[in-house]
Amino acid sequence: MLTIKNLHAEVDGKKILKGLNLEIKAGEMHAIMGPNGAGKSSLASVLAGRENYTVTEGEVIFDGKNLLDMAPEDRAREGLFLAFQYPVEIPGVSNLNFLKTALNEIRTYHNLPAMEAKEFLKLTKEKQQMMDFNANLMNRSLNEGFSGGEKKRNEVFQMAMLDPKFAILDETDSGLDIDALRIVANGVNKLRGADKAFMVITHYQRLLDYIVPDFVHVLADGVIVKTGNKDLALELEEKGYDWLKEDVHQKESV
Amino acid sequence: MTSDINKSFYDFISNGIPGPEQQVEAGNAILPARKEAFSRFRSLGLPTLKTEEWRYTNIQRYLKDAFTLAEEEQSTVTAEQLKGASIPKLDSYTAVLVNGRLQPALSQLPADGKITISRISDAAGNASLQAWFDKHPHLQKQPFAALNAAFFSDGLFLEAGVNASLDKPLHIVHVYTAAVNAFIQPRHLVVLHKNATLEIIETSVGLNEEAIAFVNSVTEVILEENAELWHYNVQSTIKNSRHIYHTSALQKADSRYHHFNFTLPAAELTRNNLSVALTGSNTETNLHGLFLATEQQHVDNHTFVDHQVPHCNSNELYKGVLLDNAKGVFTGKIMVHQDAQKTNAFQQNNNLLMSEKANINSQPQLEIYADDVKCSHGFTVGRFSEEALFYLRSRGIGEEAAKTLMVNAFAFDITDQVHIPALQEFLSDKIRRYVTGAINN
Repeated sequence: MLTIKNLHAEVDGKKILKGLNLEIKAGEMHAIMGPNGAGKSSLASVLAGRENYTVTEGEVIFDGKNLLDMAPEDRAREGLFLAFQYPVEIPGVSNLNFLKTALNEIRTYHNLPAMEAKEFLKLTKEKQQMMDFNANLMNRSLNEGFSGGEKKRNEVFQMAMLDPKFAILDETDSGLDIDALRIVANGVNKLRGADKAFMVITHYQRLLDYIVPDFVHVLADGVIVKTGNKDLALELEEKGYDWLKEDVHQKESV
Repeated sequence: MTSDINKSFYDFISNGIPGPEQQVEAGNAILPARKEAFSRFRSLGLPTLKTEEWRYTNIQRYLKDAFTLAEEEQSTVTAEQLKGASIPKLDSYTAVLVNGRLQPALSQLPADGKITISRISDAAGNASLQAWFDKHPHLQKQPFAALNAAFFSDGLFLEAGVNASLDKPLHIVHVYTAAVNAFIQPRHLVVLHKNATLEIIETSVGLNEEAIAFVNSVTEVILEENAELWHYNVQSTIKNSRHIYHTSALQKADSRYHHFNFTLPAAELTRNNLSVALTGSNTETNLHGLFLATEQQHVDNHTFVDHQVPHCNSNELYKGVLLDNAKGVFTGKIMVHQDAQKTNAFQQNNNLLMSEKANINSQPQLEIYADDVKCSHGFTVGRFSEEALFYLRSRGIGEEAAKTLMVNAFAFDITDQVHIPALQEFLSDKIRRYVTGAINN
């Protein structure tokens, strides 16, 4: 579904990604872990199309199409979703109106007619129940005055509404208490399917108790330095990242 | 001090054209008032950047072109040309004015014995005109209002008798057309007698891109006891037009005035002098303003709410959206006189800058001489956030739709107060088109 080849990217002239390779197939759940400053959130930003990042080398193929050539909105319309680490507050734009606009922009892109109001409300209700999302937040301004947990849950709710093929969760677990974490994780698990793939960026192994990954990758200094299964996350929890860095240095000197 | 540029316009007005006695159109009944206004204009002079009320609007640069005051024949306006000012789906009466002059053949006026709609020049003998023409206290110190009183060509006279009302709104369409650069001065008077209620919507259209139309208009609004007026003014004309609008209302006891001002592209200058004098108790005043400016537009809103007596409520909300290189000015004055106890007066101005080069000067002015009042004011300036735009785009919403969504959300507090659905839709559609246009520039 997603193939990242030799991806190099920089922001403000600073090299962040330095030849990253990753292959994600439909149905898979990939976890990205790694020390602060390794480039995890940058990878998410580059994939979603944040404009202050410049890709200097490499390519990303998403469902046979060159992802990096697309505007951020077209990436979303093609089925990519980024759950933000810091969701933005937008005063005046109601959550519902925002979602309706987004859904219809995506439908227009695929030559589908705008969704009927009745159908939209039905879908909203269904997803809101499925994600255990507070109905009172629906008519409020987008993320305005939401608690940290509410914002993250809104991200997952939006993901359910837009039904992407490939979703990136950028530290969705940060700032969540254990109950909220469980609810968010349950939501994500409900969205898993044979035709969908996920990239979960996290600092903590804890999230992976609830969202069990098929692969765990360690990102350090702009490249993936180690890939394993869910046991790798446990090992990292125990040993930290330093042993991996030494590993890399040894490889480099060979 | 009068600068050279101002001086030449001033000389042109003072010496280059015949005095009011030669301007026979509006009849001789108000000639003394016109003469008085002319001498008032001469003593006030034209404002400069040193004039407090004009410090953010350099009026000189808009007056340096040569203008004519001469009127042209107006028979050429066709129904087709009026389309730009029409509001789809609006069920209303219409009064079409060309350069301020009512055109009955193009209008659909109500046949109601209690409502008088005519040219002001045909109302010379009317008692209300005699009583109220140029009497509004706030007009006395405004040079352009004095200039208008002295030389106005014509305008609308609208009078609603005691208990009068209409079954649908009156849509006043202002058509401005000038074959050569023209200084057009319409003058309107709206009088609602006791218990009368009306809804009026004003829109405007400019017909000739080749010449500059400088429109200096004055509308006086008199609300007698318990009268209620919904007054919508949609200002959107062509680029080559410059406007100074004076709207001065006077409210007697128990009257209600709901004024909406929408300033939209593309006039290069729009200056609004909106003022309300509260002379009777228990009145309600709502002033809603939305200005959306693009390109090099300059939009200046000066408002004044004058609480002269106790127990009056005023509420003002002005919102500005500035795109491209547009400049905005908001100066909102609230005066609460010593006698005006139990006044409630609120004012808020919020602005959204959509580009780096757009700017706004916002200046609330409260003068309170009574001690038992509730007054507040505030203003905010927000910049359009790139992060918010990226967030919306990352959900599949294109840049145009994202910006329109944000501007509409910002404007919602104002547009939501519009009680006529067709007008609300008309405004949303215009906002969408102007925001989209600015993005594609």
